[in-house]
Amino acid sequence: MTASVLISLEVNGERVDAHVLPRLNLADFLREQLQLTGTHVGCEHGVCGACTVRVNGEIVRSCLMLAVQTHGASVQTIEGLSDSGEVADLQAAFRDRNALQCGFCTPGMLMAAQDLLKQEAEPDRERIREHLSGNYCRCTGYHAIIDAIEITARARAGGQA
Amino acid sequence: MKAAAFAYARATSVVNALELLGTHGDKAKVLSGGQSLMPAMNLRLTSPELIVDIGELAELRGIAVTGSIVRIGALTRHVDVLKSPEIAANAPLLTEAIAHVAHPAVRNRGTIGGNLAHADPASELPACMVALNATIVVRGQAGERRVAAEEFFKGIYATDLSAQELLVGVELPVASTNSSYFFHEFARRQGDYAIAGLAAQAIVEKDIFTKLRLVFFAVGDRPLLARAATKLINVSLTPEVLAAAMIVLGEELDPQDDHQASASMRRHLAKVLLARGASALLCRPDLNAGGRA
Ligand SMILES: Cc1cc2nc3c(=O)[nH]c(=O)nc-3n(C[C@H](O)[C@H](O)[C@H](O)COP(=O)(O)OP(=O)(O)OC[C@H]3O[C@@H](n4cnc5c(N)ncnc54)[C@H](O)[C@@H]3O)c2cc1C
Ligand code: FES
Ligand code: FES
Repeated sequence: MTASVLISLEVNGERVDAHVLPRLNLADFLREQLQLTGTHVGCEHGVCGACTVRVNGEIVRSCLMLAVQTHGASVQTIEGLSDSGEVADLQAAFRDRNALQCGFCTPGMLMAAQDLLKQEAEPDRERIREHLSGNYCRCTGYHAIIDAIEITARARAGGQA
Repeated sequence: MKAAAFAYARATSVVNALELLGTHGDKAKVLSGGQSLMPAMNLRLTSPELIVDIGELAELRGIAVTGSIVRIGALTRHVDVLKSPEIAANAPLLTEAIAHVAHPAVRNRGTIGGNLAHADPASELPACMVALNATIVVRGQAGERRVAAEEFFKGIYATDLSAQELLVGVELPVASTNSSYFFHEFARRQGDYAIAGLAAQAIVEKDIFTKLRLVFFAVGDRPLLARAATKLINVSLTPEVLAAAMIVLGEELDPQDDHQASASMRRHLAKVLLARGASALLCRPDLNAGGRA
């Protein structure tokens, strides 16, 4: 029964069929079987947020989900968000504000930040901090990340007005 | 680290899940949101032979208010509880508390049933269940049984559930219109497990507590329904009365030392919470200033 299981899902808009062992988590599936290495793996127990991806439109920890659980689901990784241009302005703001140094946390940060900006048009710094509370950054000290998200939120809100 | 190998079964119904648990007993583990089980498996703290995934069982999901009871299905996720207008209207303590449970990406998967079955003594939700006088609904192959929240939590990661049973839901009495609540916790970071916390529900009439349930968490092996509350009921609250209640609280607390805090720090924080809670529930800022532990 520990044999591999056939799963069929959508990853960044493309249909994927694969055989996976039950023990394989979604992060390793994306990185090793699909070569989508933008999803980073830090702690493997839910604490650091580096592995954050979207499943059916909602952010989750891909280290805490089994690949078999994504059967029938739609998964979006940082590659998908990046290629579609959905987070282009956020990425530019991160670059401008020096909101990344080593870049290890950045895919997860962008995922969490975009998730907030989709739900709230102009979150204040406190709300931004709260929404990113599950994402560790060991380099920047966070302020620049909050700045970049705040600036992007304002620009998007201004653009609509 | 990675989880050890295991077999995987996607349960097709509650009955099917119970059959699988009946056959495999404690070699099997139920998987709900995976937000506590997966970390434990990745760290090899547990290595079940079979995972019974109940995630697809729609019958265990959802929030319903009927008459004076709010029923929450075991698979209802933290995010669903947080955003539920029914919970905000009928169990506002829970709405406030659940915002302190983990982070958005974890709340999108973690479930109330998994949280209560896991019974982490530092978790907010078991304490809320005791404060709100909840009933835990458990199903086994022989049928359903109902357990008062107060009786359900047995120790660190220990509950009244057997390995063959499923927690299927919880039932909360609708909060009466004259009740009030208090929730506060000390944690290092928003969303972290608490170092010490208090969930309370009260009825206050003419500035006096006529009912008061004070439930402390992260200060013992399970939620503590404090006897200290009896010292505060049906009396006009003075700093002296509060000080007497703190002595009782001190006697019933049995906190642990760990990497987050020493036992004496937890004792101190529990007393601070008692003063803050009483002061906030009675709208008496003077009590907090006078009752500093
Ligand atoms: C980074 C991080 C921070 C967190 N912070 C907090 C916090 O501050 N406060 C807090 O309360 N929690 C916190 N959690 C834990 C989170 O709330 C979990 O969602 C919850 O404890 C478990 O729910 P689950 O649905 O994920 O259960 P699972 O992980 O799937 O299961 C947990 C345990 O319960 C058993 N189980 C699950 N469902 C049932 C059922 N229906 N019947 C019988 N047994 C069952 C499983 O077999 C397993 O042993 C945190 C988690 C992470 C990763
Ligand atoms: S690798 Fe998933 S949260 Fe750290
Ligand atoms: S930029 Fe290095 S961890 Fe965030």
